[in-house]
Amino acid sequence: MGNERPLTMNIRPGEPPPDLKGYERAGGYTAVRKALRDMTPKGVTALVKDSNLRGRGGAGFPTGLKWSFVPMGEEAPRPKYFIANADEMEPGTFKDRLLLEGNPHQLIEGMIVGSYAIEAEVAYIFLRWEYREAERLLTKAIAEAYAGGYLGRNILGSDYHLELHVHISAGRYMCGEETGLLNALEGKRATPRYKPPHPVISGLWGKPTVVNNVETLCNIPHIVNNGVEWFKGLSDTRDSGTKLYGVSGRVRRPGVWELPMGTTIGALLEEHAGGMRDGFRFHGLLPGGASTDFLTEAHLNVKMDFESVSKAGSRMGTGTMIILDDRTCPVGFVGNLEAFFAQESCGWCTPCREGLPWTAKILQALEEGSGQAGDLERLALHTKFLGPGLTFCPLAPGAMEPLGSALKYFREDFERHIRERRCPWR
Amino acid sequence: MLPKEIEQTIEAATRRYPQRRGACIEALQIVQRHHSWVSDDDLKELARLLQMTTDELDGVATFYNLIFRKPVGTHVILLCNSISCWIMGYERLREQVTARLGIAFGETSADGRFTLLPNVCLGACDHAPAMMVDEDLYGDVSPATLDPILHQYGCAGTPGKGDGERTTADHEHQAR
Ligand code: SF4
Ligand code: FES
Repeated sequence: MGNERPLTMNIRPGEPPPDLKGYERAGGYTAVRKALRDMTPKGVTALVKDSNLRGRGGAGFPTGLKWSFVPMGEEAPRPKYFIANADEMEPGTFKDRLLLEGNPHQLIEGMIVGSYAIEAEVAYIFLRWEYREAERLLTKAIAEAYAGGYLGRNILGSDYHLELHVHISAGRYMCGEETGLLNALEGKRATPRYKPPHPVISGLWGKPTVVNNVETLCNIPHIVNNGVEWFKGLSDTRDSGTKLYGVSGRVRRPGVWELPMGTTIGALLEEHAGGMRDGFRFHGLLPGGASTDFLTEAHLNVKMDFESVSKAGSRMGTGTMIILDDRTCPVGFVGNLEAFFAQESCGWCTPCREGLPWTAKILQALEEGSGQAGDLERLALHTKFLGPGLTFCPLAPGAMEPLGSALKYFREDFERHIRERRCPWR
Repeated sequence: MLPKEIEQTIEAATRRYPQRRGACIEALQIVQRHHSWVSDDDLKELARLLQMTTDELDGVATFYNLIFRKPVGTHVILLCNSISCWIMGYERLREQVTARLGIAFGETSADGRFTLLPNVCLGACDHAPAMMVDEDLYGDVSPATLDPILHQYGCAGTPGKGDGERTTADHEHQAR
C-alpha cells in the first residue's frame, strides 16, 4: 500500500533528488513496467478516469476524461504529443517547483505512462526559463531514464517508443494557457488558439496533443501502482487524492505541503502556516493564485477542493493561497494584480487589451489619492465586460475574479480611498 | 557571422522539433547565452538558419520578455514584482536597488555591469521577496541581505561582508 503523501514521500528539501538508482529503490518505474506489461493504453486511461483525478493546474478538468478524447488506433493521426505544463507562472504559486526539483523522475514516469495511454510518440516538458535548477535536474534525470531503457525505442523490451524533450521557454504568462503553450512550442508568439478543435484532437502541429500540469502527472504512477480505491481514500472529500497546498504572505511559516484533498482553509492557515505573524491580522485571501476570487474570515471552514471552494464563490485554482493582512491595502493588492494582468495580456482581443490597463489605472489613481466619484462603478462595469464568454481566452475573466470579489468584500476600503483622497495604508 | 559551435548547438535543437522554426525560441536563447543579447545581425543569421523571415523571427523575439533585443549589462537582475513579493516588501527592495545602482527598470548601470528588470512571480513566494541575478535565485531578500548580494556581483557602491569575500551567510539566502 502507498504512503499518505505519495507525491512528496521521496522529497527531502535541501537534499538532491533521488537519482535513477535511488528512485528505483523506492519503487520508481514500477508503474511504467506494470502499464506496458499488463495494461492496454485504453486500460490506463480507464483507470485514471475511475480514479477521478482532476487537473492540478487550476481548471480542474478530469484527467482521464481528457485522455479519452484522443483518437486511438491505426487510423489516428501521428505523431501524437504529450506535454507536461511546467510553466508555473500564476502569481503566488510555487508548488510545481517542489516536484520538479525534488523528484524529477516521478514526473518523467508519469509522462511515460500518460504518453503510453494516448499512444504518443513524442513528449515535451514545457519549462519556464526561471526554473534553472529544475532544468539541470530534469536534463540529468532524462538522460538516466534513456540509459535505463525507460525512454527511446522499445521501452523495457516492449514495442512502445517515446522521445522526451525539455523545452525552455522565455517568459510570458500566456504560455501557461494550453493553446498559447502550443503556439510557443511551435516557435510562435504565445497567443491562444480558437477552440474547437480542442488540442486533444488537433494540437501541436495539428496533431492530437494532451497537455497536463506537473502535479497532475506526478499522481499517475501512484494511481497505477496502488489503484483507484487507495487514491480516493487519500482524500477528505469527494475530489480524490492529495493536494499540494501553499501559503504565502505575512504568515509565520510560508510554505507548501502535501495534504489530503479537502483540508480546510483554516487548517492550512493555522496548523501548517503557523497563523499570522505577530502584529498582523487576517483580512482575506485568494485561495489559488492571482486569478481567483477573494474569500474572507467567514470561509475559514471551507474545504480546499474544487467543489467546496466554488460553492463558496471562488475557485481552488492552483491551491496556493495568498494571504491579505490588515496592514496591507486591499486596493493596492488588487492594483498589483491588475497591473500584472494588463502587462501579460497578449493584446489579441479588445476588451482585455484596453480594459485591463484601464482598471489598473483607476486602481493606481485610487492609491495615489486621485480617485473620483464613479470609479467604483467603472471598475464594476469592467468586471462585466471582461467576464466569462466576452473575451477570446480566460485571462481577462480570471483577472476580474479578484477585482469583483474585492469590490464586494472590501467596498468600504475602496470608498475610503475616494472619500479621504489618499490611501489610508500609506 | 555566428561561430560554428553556436550553429551546431542550434542544429541539434532543431532536431527536437518536427519543423525547424520550432527551435527558434531556443535558438534565440543560445545566441543570447553567447552574446548576452540578440542583435539585428544575429537575428538575420538565425532567421536564415531556421528558414524564417527576419520579421517573423523578430515578432517572436519581441513577444518573450526574457529575449533581449537591446544590449544588457554583465549581470541581469530580475526583481519579482508579483503579489506575494509586493506584500512582503518588494517596493522597498526596488528603491534600494535603484539607489545602489542608480538605475530604474529597463536601464543598465553606467559601468555596464547591471541591468534591472521586473519579473513576474518567480515561483518562490514562500521566500518572498525574491529576485534572480543571472541564473541564481535569492529569497527572503531584506534590506540587510540585498547589499551583500549586489556586492557579490561587483556592485562597487555596496558594502560587502568584511573584506568582501563570499561568505556562507550569503548562500544561506539562496532560496533553495
Ligand atoms: S483575453 Fe487577453 S490574453 Fe486572452 S486572447 Fe484576449 S487579449 Fe489575449
Ligand atoms: S510573487 Fe514573487 S516569487 Fe511569487
